[in-house]
Amino acid sequence: MQNRRHLVTSLFIALVLAGCAGEQAVKPEPTATEAPSAQTAPGADKTGTTGLSLSERERQRRAELLAQRRIYFAFDSSTIDDEARAIIEAHAANLVANRQISLTLDGNCDERGSREYNLALGERRAQAVEKMMKVLGVSGNRIKTVSYGEEKPVCQEHNESCWRQNRRAEIVYK
Amino acid sequence: MMRHIAKLIALMGMVLWSANVQAVLTIEITRGLDIGTPIAIVPFRWEGPVRLPQNVSDVIEADLARSGRFAVLPKKDFFSSPHDDTDVVFKDWRILKAEALVIGSVRLVAPEKYQVQFRLFDVFKETQIVGFRYTISANMLRAVAHQISDIIYEKITGEPGAFNTRIAYITREEPPGTKPAYKLQVADSDGVNPQTVVRSADPLMSPAWSPDGYRLAYVSFEDKRPKVYIQSWTAGRRELIAEFAGLNSAPAWSPDGRSLALTLSRDGNAEIYTMRIDTREFKRLTFDQAIDTEPSWSPDGRDIIFTSDRAGSPQIYRMNASGGAAERLTFDGDYNARASYAADGKSITFVSRQQGSFRIAVLQLDSKTTSVLTDTTLDESPSFAPNGRMVIYATEVRGRGVLATVSSDGRVRQLIKFEEGDIREPAWSPYNRELQFKE
Repeated sequence: MQNRRHLVTSLFIALVLAGCAGEQAVKPEPTATEAPSAQTAPGADKTGTTGLSLSERERQRRAELLAQRRIYFAFDSSTIDDEARAIIEAHAANLVANRQISLTLDGNCDERGSREYNLALGERRAQAVEKMMKVLGVSGNRIKTVSYGEEKPVCQEHNESCWRQNRRAEIVYK
Repeated sequence: MMRHIAKLIALMGMVLWSANVQAVLTIEITRGLDIGTPIAIVPFRWEGPVRLPQNVSDVIEADLARSGRFAVLPKKDFFSSPHDDTDVVFKDWRILKAEALVIGSVRLVAPEKYQVQFRLFDVFKETQIVGFRYTISANMLRAVAHQISDIIYEKITGEPGAFNTRIAYITREEPPGTKPAYKLQVADSDGVNPQTVVRSADPLMSPAWSPDGYRLAYVSFEDKRPKVYIQSWTAGRRELIAEFAGLNSAPAWSPDGRSLALTLSRDGNAEIYTMRIDTREFKRLTFDQAIDTEPSWSPDGRDIIFTSDRAGSPQIYRMNASGGAAERLTFDGDYNARASYAADGKSITFVSRQQGSFRIAVLQLDSKTTSVLTDTTLDESPSFAPNGRMVIYATEVRGRGVLATVSSDGRVRQLIKFEEGDIREPAWSPYNRELQFKE
């Protein structure tokens, strides 16, 4: 069920994104404390590549980041980590380059704790992403924020590997 | 012990059979007092051509058994079946070691009009403690039975009962291959007769009873963002109360029923406001960068308690209902939230994280002592019964959201499970005002 939902989401993203390589973002990225997987530091992979130029690699890297539509958070936190920052920077650049685009940021929480407090925490997460985008040059009236608290989880299990997926802000292009 | 549980399950089976409507909630007693007052309830006499729509004495029996404070004696052991006071032979009941005896009758006095009569006796003193007679229509039979349970409970235990009450709660169902469906429902506090008040394809949250028990405030995401509504739960009429930019959430009624306290983030982040329902005038009460939410009024209308993370993590604070400086109330642990008062204003119940587990706690406001009532891990949304002796809350059992009640001393616990899907966010109603008359 979950894989199907992710597939639908990524197909949708592929359709929405114009002029993109059509990369697919399926699994949630691990948090900053775990070993990085698909995302590598920009410009760090000069060796062992397939012979792409630097600017092509940059474009590919940016496309990978733009395909990421979820920012993840630690429990009880709205702090944006380095991995999240890279994703937000890519989307902010996209908005700055394409002035007709706008988006909504949906804030979410895992199920633990109090529902109404989580509704406010979800809003704080969405606002944290919004603030960073504004600092990066996106004008405020192109970003909307909504919180769903813990009411729209992507998974229902009662364990950390599910909770981690629910503590997120979603970037939703209009 | 097992015999006791088997009897209780058999009793519940009888109640479900005799009810005309199908209960979708089932109750399990998971922990009860081994010693309760032994009470004998003689099936009420019914003289009528057709079956009684509600078996009144069965409802009373199930209520008292469910409370965990009574040991209901098995009917098969009864020597006699009195219905009037003149039929009672006290020796018959002393032999069974009963301390209390309940007898009664129901008869039809006019088309659709029933007269219900009961008497409660002290078996040792051989005296009547209390007796009442009610003349009502069929749809009130169950409420009268619960009222009688409340009277018996109070006379024996010295505390008011909470059987003649209702609960509101949210359900979420997701049948395979379909989208989730949400409902706000109201049922009798024994789980019988659930009625759907609101149906939605989008989340519903935070049901809150008006002090007169006629209306519910709640949060709905039907417009894809949270808004606060008030609805008369029987008539279905509803009003949109708050749809400001940002959050509109956490509605809480003032004791006079004229205002709501709310969480709004129209000014940038979650703050507490109060709003007059008639004029829609609102007033902001908190002014800081922290999350301030989950307001709850004190029963005397003077204070509002709320959750704030201004100290770094969620804690409970109290301020004057017109705003001003807030006093921190919780100091134990790093997460305390969703507080609400008992009806006597002397204690509050809230969610407290203890060693990583989310549990239900009660704080006595004068002595400042906290007791933790549960030992599970994902408890939330506690709500006091109007007698302040029980707390209903949401928890998780084997992967499903269920409701549970626990006595305020933590000793008696029950589960209420929804047939399908998850059930959450319970709110215990005020006392039932419909039934005030007696002869």
